Amino acid sequence: MKPTFDFEKPISILMEELEKVKLAQEKTKVDFSATIREIEAKIDQTQHNVYNNLTGWQKVQMSRHPERPQTLDYIEMMCEDFIELHGDRTVKDDKAIVGGFATIEGKPVMIIGHQKGKNTKERQYRNFGMANPEGYRKALRLMKLAEKFKVPVICLIDTMGAYPGLEAEERGQGEAIARNLLEMSVLKVPVLCFIVGEGASGGALGIGIGDKVYMFEYSWYSVISPESCSSILWRSWDHKEKAADALKLTAEDMLKNKLIDGIVKEPLGGAQNAPDQMAATLKAQILTDLDELGKKKIEKLITERIDKFSSMGVVNEH
Amino acid sequence: MSWFKRKSEGITTKTEEKKETPDGLWNKCPSCKKVLHNSEQVENKYVCHHCGYHIRIGSKQYFEVLFDNNEFTELFSNLTSGDPLHFVDSKKYTDRIIETMAKTGLKDAIRAGVGKIEGQDLVIACMDFEFIGGSMGSVVGEKIARSIDYSLKNKIPFLMISKSGGARMMEAAFSLMQMAKTSAKLALLAEAKIPYVSLLTDPTTGGVTASYAMLGDINISEPGAMIGFAGPRVIKETIKKDLPKGFQSAEFVKEHGFLDFIVDRREMKAKIASFLRIVSNN
Repeated sequence: MKPTFDFEKPISILMEELEKVKLAQEKTKVDFSATIREIEAKIDQTQHNVYNNLTGWQKVQMSRHPERPQTLDYIEMMCEDFIELHGDRTVKDDKAIVGGFATIEGKPVMIIGHQKGKNTKERQYRNFGMANPEGYRKALRLMKLAEKFKVPVICLIDTMGAYPGLEAEERGQGEAIARNLLEMSVLKVPVLCFIVGEGASGGALGIGIGDKVYMFEYSWYSVISPESCSSILWRSWDHKEKAADALKLTAEDMLKNKLIDGIVKEPLGGAQNAPDQMAATLKAQILTDLDELGKKKIEKLITERIDKFSSMGVVNEH
Repeated sequence: MSWFKRKSEGITTKTEEKKETPDGLWNKCPSCKKVLHNSEQVENKYVCHHCGYHIRIGSKQYFEVLFDNNEFTELFSNLTSGDPLHFVDSKKYTDRIIETMAKTGLKDAIRAGVGKIEGQDLVIACMDFEFIGGSMGSVVGEKIARSIDYSLKNKIPFLMISKSGGARMMEAAFSLMQMAKTSAKLALLAEAKIPYVSLLTDPTTGGVTASYAMLGDINISEPGAMIGFAGPRVIKETIKKDLPKGFQSAEFVKEHGFLDFIVDRREMKAKIASFLRIVSNN
């Protein structure tokens, strides 16, 4: 394992030590297996210590891991078939949001999600997963298509936010997101949403209204990124750790505040450490929920969906 | 020994007895800087009669401009903000709320009322920018949701007057979910075919633009109002170019197809009333 973050250093130091001992064993032909076992146990313990006690900001860092699986990876790992569909039929095809019909264990679904890209070239092509209005309108077109053919919708959310550009404003970024919120809340098929990485504000919510909304263990979801929050409240990016804590943006906090329906557990050290395992967990969750939601009448599902979001918020009445 | 000695005391009023100058007997137009008398402003619906500038006003003034004889019943006035996240920045969120309440006389960044406009029933929810930048937290979302429920129950058209810097950071994800809540309620209003007019006033940005403000059967605005999703500073930093003149003005937004019309505040009541008469005819 290559350490990516500072807080992973203790693990990588032990890993290096392990390598050295193994190498020494090979060279000297002396049996070091006891030491090796000892170090391995230490690694295991340290990993648990580190990953089970991540702060808000550390989880934000995890959610941005460059090797974290993205929508197209999950589709590749979970689905037998995938027919990608393009374009909003008005302006263009937004590369930051991908989507199309797919099958999971033979069940037809519509999968829509953000795609950030994995290297510089791809990231530019995908606009770093920051969608323009066309992206949200493409997503809505696909959802309407799914509704027409009675296929459930699955949204995988991973974005730093809707793109704050000049053309985005001209083409109505606000209207595009608003329309999706309204339409998704009355969409006549089951909708499942997963925050798989970053869930920043309207850009995330724009494909985030579902019967079940889950967050991955090391993802975050809030109204603003900790950096922007820090720069607004404290006039500098230096307070991002404090901002991350204040925003209560982790899956645990969000569940405690009843703003999401559940948490999807990640492999030790994060989804990037065992993508296949992560995809299998996600797939199992999707199948369980589709089975459960499929048993309900659609009118009931929509009423419950609206009631759920309507109950969010804390007010005093005097 | 000092060179100068004060013979008589200068200011004798104690700090706590200090009075603010009464607001608004005389005001300056923020645009043309000409002097306006308060009574003139009221009569002219808070539009500068020299240059036509639409002065920023709050719910009190909008209700006065729109409701017949300024008669209305205030709705859900008992709602106040909680502090679900125990948020502290430069001060505690709860303290900020209490201070802002004292300063503005408002309970949160929104008030709602039901009354008549040219004889027709209308529910209005109107945001107040003076209250933490008109930011949308749980109270704003809840009041809008309940106003829509009231409209649905009594089959009365709904007018939303937006004026906001966006979501309220101190309620973080709770604020975000108000976008979902209000939009879901508007879907029900639309299904019941009850008219919804969205009036976007200066300024309407962020999460408010990306939810209820853009979802009217008609979206309307006032001349020169600033309307957008992302703030101009953020956009400028992102694209690293200067923004064109008039970018994110109501006129710009209308030109790009997101507003039905821009109306002078002095003619607003008549125009909204006539729209409601037409669509409520059947």
